[in-house]
Amino acid sequence: MRRLFTLLKRELSVFYYSPIAYIVLFLFLILNGLSFWFAIALLNRAPSENTVVQVFFNSAFFWIAYLLVFPVITMRSFSEEFKMGTIETLMTAPVRDWEVVASKFMAALVFYMSLWLPSLLYFLIFGWLGNRSAIGSAGQVWAPYLLLLVMGMFNVSLGCLASAMTSNQIVAAMISLVLTIGFFFVTLINYVVNSSSPILREMTAYVAQLDHMDSFSRGIVDSRVFVFYPSMTLLLLVITYQVFQYRRWKA
Amino acid sequence: MIKVEQLTKKYPGVVAINNLSFEVDKGEIVGFLGPNGAGKSTTMRILSSFMPATSGRAYIAGHDVFRDSLKARRHLGYLPESVPLYGDMRVNEYLRYRGSLKGLTGRKLRARADAVKELCSVKEVENKLIASLSKGYRQRVGLAEALIDEPDLLILDEPTIGLDPNQIRHVRELIKSLGKRHTILLSTHILSEVEVTCSRVIIIHRGKIEASDTPENLVGRIRTSGTVRVEVRTGSDDPVEMLEKIVGIKSVADNPEDGWHRCSIRVEANSDLREEIYRLAVERRWTIRELTQERATLEDVFVEITHADN
Repeated sequence: MRRLFTLLKRELSVFYYSPIAYIVLFLFLILNGLSFWFAIALLNRAPSENTVVQVFFNSAFFWIAYLLVFPVITMRSFSEEFKMGTIETLMTAPVRDWEVVASKFMAALVFYMSLWLPSLLYFLIFGWLGNRSAIGSAGQVWAPYLLLLVMGMFNVSLGCLASAMTSNQIVAAMISLVLTIGFFFVTLINYVVNSSSPILREMTAYVAQLDHMDSFSRGIVDSRVFVFYPSMTLLLLVITYQVFQYRRWKA
Repeated sequence: MIKVEQLTKKYPGVVAINNLSFEVDKGEIVGFLGPNGAGKSTTMRILSSFMPATSGRAYIAGHDVFRDSLKARRHLGYLPESVPLYGDMRVNEYLRYRGSLKGLTGRKLRARADAVKELCSVKEVENKLIASLSKGYRQRVGLAEALIDEPDLLILDEPTIGLDPNQIRHVRELIKSLGKRHTILLSTHILSEVEVTCSRVIIIHRGKIEASDTPENLVGRIRTSGTVRVEVRTGSDDPVEMLEKIVGIKSVADNPEDGWHRCSIRVEANSDLREEIYRLAVERRWTIRELTQERATLEDVFVEITHADN
């Protein structure tokens, strides 16, 4: 356990000591800020039944920031180690392969969640200064963050898998972007295919991130996502572990 | 300390090492020699449990490097050939991180980090980013890292590559002093280094062990490099013609300069013809400035073994 902690500390320091992290954070804040400004502007224009939280989490700016961030934070996790050869010193130290995979995944997830912290501040300050009812109930604020956590787990593990597959960060980012966006757009099949079957609808409902966010930002917490995303994450991490081992042994 | 049994590693289309078996006892410093691509690094990578062998077994301190790899790795300090380090870390940070990964904590960790910094003379760069260090420093940081938890066994893949002569001497002394407490397996291309540091040499060629003995015995085994050098002033005599009459001399190459003949004489293996040459010189009233028999070096052994079928 102490080893895992040591690894995790190292992985986190990679994020927070590098200038790239702050560039990502900066761009992310801009998009979030736009999204928040957009939400307030919209609600100021006309009476609406929606809360600020709802509009914020369903704006295009929000989704763009959300989808683009995964490749950026996960692309270097394994690729860099393979490219620099540090995988050799890492894996000849007394650490287990799964500890390495877990630490990389957890560090990326922690960094990802920390990106959302400022937006939480928006709501708190807004509620404090302005109209409490425009935010909605406390549960309505927490629910989207809970969803962001579980959906984030899934997408971060996708990114880790992509990174474990190649020594090239850019290629890793591309694979991860394609996978992330691919899963995001799966639900849209229903809109494209007119006569989509109920089974297809049912299946795609599991990965319908837009729909999840829609209901979570209303405060409707659907328990299915807490089973689906974590179990998919586990599956993806097991695959990552296998790919990682395969690439190391093949080296 | 190390036990290797019929180790084989195949890459697609290539057999990197073929049925390798050897043992290294506690306290030995073993030099692992061979031409590039002979399978040295592959063997070391398997021993460090970085990758598995195709077949065969290897043990470190009695633990199978594949099945019981974590226990095997606890006894090991490994310095890979390319010395991979995290460029974004400072030397201090890196050593502490690696120390803690290897199970050191608190005061012990700090003490060991200080000790290895001192030992490998990287104290003056302890607060620098590794990315900004020169090759020599990186090499020594890598070595310091391998030593941090005082492992029983050190596997060093070309530890002196990229160092300047002073640093090479320093590392050589360091390895020699480490040999008192650690078992060391090191690979290198600098043969003079092996002659002074290693208690045993394993020469590997095309994935097979061709020789395994002390450097002295290996050199003793071949004396074929029997060359005698002589530098004489012969007056009107032709030294080549005269010398070639001596029984046992195969050929003479002459290189005259300012009236001195510098001759390189090939003699038969395991023979010493210096007395005969001297007698000839006295008889013909030649002036001798130099008369030496060249000794075989480990380099000759290496070339002899690894060049034979090339």
